[in-house]
Amino acid sequence: MLNIKKTKEGEKLMIALEGRLDTLTSPDLETEFKSDIDGVKELVLDLEKLEYISSAGLRVLLLAQKTMNRQGSMVVTNANESIMEIFEVTGFCDILTIE
Amino acid sequence: MKKMTVKAGLDNLSRVLACVDEELETAGCSMKTQMQVDIAVEEMFVNIANYAYAPGEGDADVCVETEETDGGKRIRITLADQGKPYDPLMQEAPDVSLPAEKRKIGGLGIFMARKNMDEMTYEYRDGRNILTMFKRI
Repeated sequence: MLNIKKTKEGEKLMIALEGRLDTLTSPDLETEFKSDIDGVKELVLDLEKLEYISSAGLRVLLLAQKTMNRQGSMVVTNANESIMEIFEVTGFCDILTIE
Repeated sequence: MKKMTVKAGLDNLSRVLACVDEELETAGCSMKTQMQVDIAVEEMFVNIANYAYAPGEGDADVCVETEETDGGKRIRITLADQGKPYDPLMQEAPDVSLPAEKRKIGGLGIFMARKNMDEMTYEYRDGRNILTMFKRI
């Protein structure tokens, strides 16, 4: 189960994730991301309520980061300790800007 | 101990994880350990679902048990299929130091599974791929 909450203010897009970002739910995030990303210069991903991430979720975060490298910036916020550990093990802490 | 046989398809991932979680909760696992074990099971089950029988289909056997060891308790999870012989532990680890533009996502799932478990073994016996994963709890 994944809830995706999007807030757009001008060229800034905030996406808050709640639940599990896994093989089954990651395609939903990819779809939501792609439908709204045109013209966005600043993307904030709020992971405060994200409980779980697998490689399928990391794949979408990588896609988002690559997209934003071309058109602006991306920040990941509020990741919990377990999610942070996944970012560290996979080297994603070096790819993502984590605040 | 929990055992189940399911069609090896993504639509059964939730059932498999629910079965694993039930055993983990009974064993008193922390939320963090549960996440780590779930990741390993997801990655390896998805692998079976996507590749073991492609383009056909077949079953996967799942067994989860709690074992007493000298140092305490550990979880033992076995995933077995009768698909193409494939040793996931032979997969080369991805380079996790590359920048975003050079990253490939292939191989990351198995890498994450291995990092999140203490030990994994593979054997091909009687026409079955048998993967066993261990985690101290």
